[in-house]
Parts: sequence; C-alpha cells; structure tokens
Amino acid sequence: MTEPVAEMLSPESLVLANQFLKLFVFVLAGFVGFLVITRVPPLLHTPLMSATNAISAISIVGALVAAGRDHNTVSTVLGFVAVICATINAVGGFIITDRMLRMFKGGGAKK
Amino acid sequence: MIAAAEGVNLGREAVTLVTYLTASVLFILGLKGLTKAETARRGMQYAALGMLLAVVGTLIKQEIVSYGWIAAGMVIGTIIGWPLGTRVPMTAMPQRIAISHMFGALAATLVGIAEYYTHMRSGIGIPRPIMAALGFEVLFGSLTVTGSFMAFGKLQEILPGRPITYKGQNAVNIGVFFLTILMFAYLIVHPDAQVVFYAMIAVAFVIGISLVLPIGGGDMPVVISLLNSYAGLAASATGFAIDNSLLIIAGALDGASGFILSIIMSKAMNRSFGNVIFGAFGAAPESGTAEVVGEMKEISVEDAALQLAYAQRVIVVPGYGLAVAQAQQVVRELADQVERRGGEVKYAIHPVAGRMPGHMNVLLAEANIPYEKLLDMDEINHEFASTDVAVVIGANDVVNPAARTDKSSPIYGMPILDVDKAKAVFVLKRGKGKGFAGIENALFFGDKTRMIYGDAKGTLSKLVNEMKSV
Repeated sequence: MTEPVAEMLSPESLVLANQFLKLFVFVLAGFVGFLVITRVPPLLHTPLMSATNAISAISIVGALVAAGRDHNTVSTVLGFVAVICATINAVGGFIITDRMLRMFKGGGAKK
Repeated sequence: MIAAAEGVNLGREAVTLVTYLTASVLFILGLKGLTKAETARRGMQYAALGMLLAVVGTLIKQEIVSYGWIAAGMVIGTIIGWPLGTRVPMTAMPQRIAISHMFGALAATLVGIAEYYTHMRSGIGIPRPIMAALGFEVLFGSLTVTGSFMAFGKLQEILPGRPITYKGQNAVNIGVFFLTILMFAYLIVHPDAQVVFYAMIAVAFVIGISLVLPIGGGDMPVVISLLNSYAGLAASATGFAIDNSLLIIAGALDGASGFILSIIMSKAMNRSFGNVIFGAFGAAPESGTAEVVGEMKEISVEDAALQLAYAQRVIVVPGYGLAVAQAQQVVRELADQVERRGGEVKYAIHPVAGRMPGHMNVLLAEANIPYEKLLDMDEINHEFASTDVAVVIGANDVVNPAARTDKSSPIYGMPILDVDKAKAVFVLKRGKGKGFAGIENALFFGDKTRMIYGDAKGTLSKLVNEMKSV
C-alpha cells in the first residue's frame, strides 16, 4: 500500500486541488440559484420544475463525449443510451415548459 | 483529462469553453426570467439557446472522433422527446415530470459508469478525488432513476398510490443506507474495486425504490421536488468527475431549485423532510383525533346554483380532485356565469394542493383563467371573511380548520386556507370519505357548509346549466 501512495501523491493532490476549485464553482452557482429561485412565485412552480429539468439535460455534454470518443464499445453504447435520455429531456423539457408558459396569460388586453 | 495527452487544439478548446460559459449565463438568465410571468417565456428561450450552444460546443471537441452513435442517439431522443413535450396533457404533468427526472438521472448514471469503465480498461487508474465525484454521481443518479420511476408509477396509477409499508421498514432502510456509505468509503480508498462499484449502483437502485414506496399521494409534491434536486446533484457530480464547470453550474441550479421547492412544500404541510420520508403519513390511523360533532348537510344543485347566481364574491378552492375529474374547463364556465351577473371570482391555491408544486396553477391557466386571479394562500386568506360563497372542489386536508384549532390532530399547525370564514361554503366531493391524511374534516360539518356529492366535472356542468336558466 505504501509505495503506490507515495508514487501517486503529487498527481492526486493536483486533482484534489482542482476538485476544490470546482467546489467553489458549485457553491457559488448554488448560491446564485438560491437567490434567483426563492424569487420565483408559486404560480410558476411547475414550469420552474420542468425548466430545471430541461436544464439538467446538460448531462448531454458528458454523454456526447462518452458516445463519440470511440475508446471502447461499452463506453460508446452507454454514451449512446445517455444521449437518447438527455435528448428526450432537452427536447421534451423545453417544449413542454414553453407550452405551459404560453398558457399563463394576464387578464389585461393582451391577446 | 485523457485528451490532454494527445496534443490539444487550443483554438477549438477555447471555442468550446466560450460556448460553455455563455450557456451558463443563459441558464441563469433563463431562471431569472421565471421570477415573473411576463418574462418567463423569453427566459426559457435563452435557456434553450444555452443548451443548443453547449451541444454544438461539445460536438466540435477534439475528443469526439465518431458521430454515428451520437447522431442516432439524438434522433431517437428527439423522436421520443417531441411527443412528450407536445402531446402530454396538463393533467398528467406530475407523472410527466417524474419520468423526466428518471431520464435525466439515467443519463448522468450511464455517463458515470462509462467513465469508470473507460478508466478501468485503460489501466490508468482513478485518482481518489475523481472517484469520490463518480461515486456521488452514480449514487444520486441511480437512486433517482428508480425513485422517479416509482413516483411515476404511483402517479400514473400503475402502482397503488397509498403508502406501502411493512414491519421493520425503517430498520431495513437505515441498514441499506449504511451499507451504501460503507461501500462508497471503501471505493474512495480502493477505486479499482470494480465489484464494489457495480454493487453500490445496485444497492442505490434499491434505495430509490424503498425511498418512494412508503410515500403516499399527498406527499408527492415533496418527493418530486426532492428527486428534482437529486437529479441536479447527479448532473453536478458528473461535472466534478469529467472536469466540466458547465455541468456543475447547471446541476447546482437544478439542485438548489429542487431543494428550495421541497422545503417550501414541507413547510406548507408543517412537517420536516425526515417526517415525510420516514413518516409514511396516514399509513397508521392516528388516534386521539377529536370527534367531530354534527352532520354533513347536503344541498341540491338547483339551490346551489341559485345562491351562486346572486353571489358577489366567490372564491374557488381547487384540490387534487379537480385534476382527477379534469374539471378545469368547467370551473372556468362556472366562473363565467358568476361574472356574467356582475360577481367576482378568484381562486385560492394552497402550496400543496395537487401532486406537485404549482399543479393547480397550470391546470387553471390551461382553462384560460388569467393568472392575476390565481392567488397564493397568504394573498387570499384575509379575503374569505368578505366572501359570499367559497366553492371547494376536491380539496380536503388543506381546508381543514382542525389544523388551526385541534392540537391532537395530526395536521395541527399546518397552514390552511381559511375557507370556514366565508359566509357560505359549497364542498364538491366524490363521497363521504376522508382526506389523504385520513382525518375527519370539521369544515364539512360546519353550519355554513353544504355538500354536493358526485364527480366534480358532472356536478359543475349541472351547476353551469342551472345558472344559465336562473
């Protein structure tokens, strides 16, 4: 156990530092999310949920790489299925959110 | 990370990063748009543009060498996703959302497995900080996959909507939970223990099932929000694992949103997270509930129509029963009749009415009711006292005054709509049964309350017809 640890210490600590940097991004983004989302009125809570769902289809970025980097068949196939799932959410999610939001009409002169 | 060794085209890489940065900003702007109904659509168009940019930015990455599978996947995904966006009726929105949590989480989980497998195969080994991220990714991902599927099953009524419990359930759940933590800890120390990795995924699937099994229909708003949050966290963890800040940001936004919603929902039920998840509310009938005295008084549709016809101020209180009966259009027709005679109609929306946050608002908006008339609990509660008729449609626990007065009631302390303060109350109800929490509703026995039994849609259409001839 001792030698590999000694051998890997420096790259591993580099990776660790990098992960901490990403933790900053995560915490700050979460904070922004908190500030913005607490201001969303209950009226729009369902569209909010379907919108964040569509946005989380951003996993497609990882799926595309897994499906297209051509390293091994397993990765390609898993990536392929992941691309399908993420595309379903991206396409379906944004369409249905828009469909919902289109229904919310004000009482005034608008259309 | 792997690509770094192969001589990266810096220009292309920079373009990709710029699209990611732009997409992050567009996502945040998109959510900001949702803070107002007028700006919401524009906001979501920004977000959709962000998604498109991110996809294009990824496709030009040097790492991607073959496009066949990608194209096939995107075509199939579009073919499935299109009808899910355009065809699903608004009444089916809760299960639609639940199933899309499943797709999102599945994508993240599969990416995690592909990443782990590729690392293992290449023999480079996985640094522990990356392993930790991968672990979170597949854990949150796979428990969300099965959890969302269970939620979907319950909402779609493939599975029984009642809480499913068995003896020693909490003990089993806690056991499984600790087993998972143990496996995860072992993996961080020994990232190449492949059996443990795959076993952990299997156990996380089980957790997802046992998490949602004991949850009843009325608690669904909390669970759906929670799963929303987990799906976001899984996406965020993917970002940590494959070194992608866009994923981290989008996932964190999603995670924050789901978390906030589940807190709002829990508060609206006056319960803690833990209570919702481990409580199996309503599974065991609570004892000590004060007996309600009096009897429920019925009213004929004709008399109700007459009273509504002369009412100046009417508040409609919708509940899950409205969604079940798909009665939103008829509600609108009823409101038109009242308004035609110079009356005023508003709608009182309790935060947990229905099966997901905002459920009632979407349904009523679908029936072309202007959103200014859809009011939150806090906005409308003071108006009940000056209301001539409150019409309760398929809502029960959220209008039970026992929450205010009866300390022995299981729903004591839950914020409710003060329907009992209205001058008259009509309750449209399928039968004489109890609500989701299994408690008698003192409102139904009140002196000012009149019951109209039957399917909400049928009753409402009869009311509309009667009112036309008054």
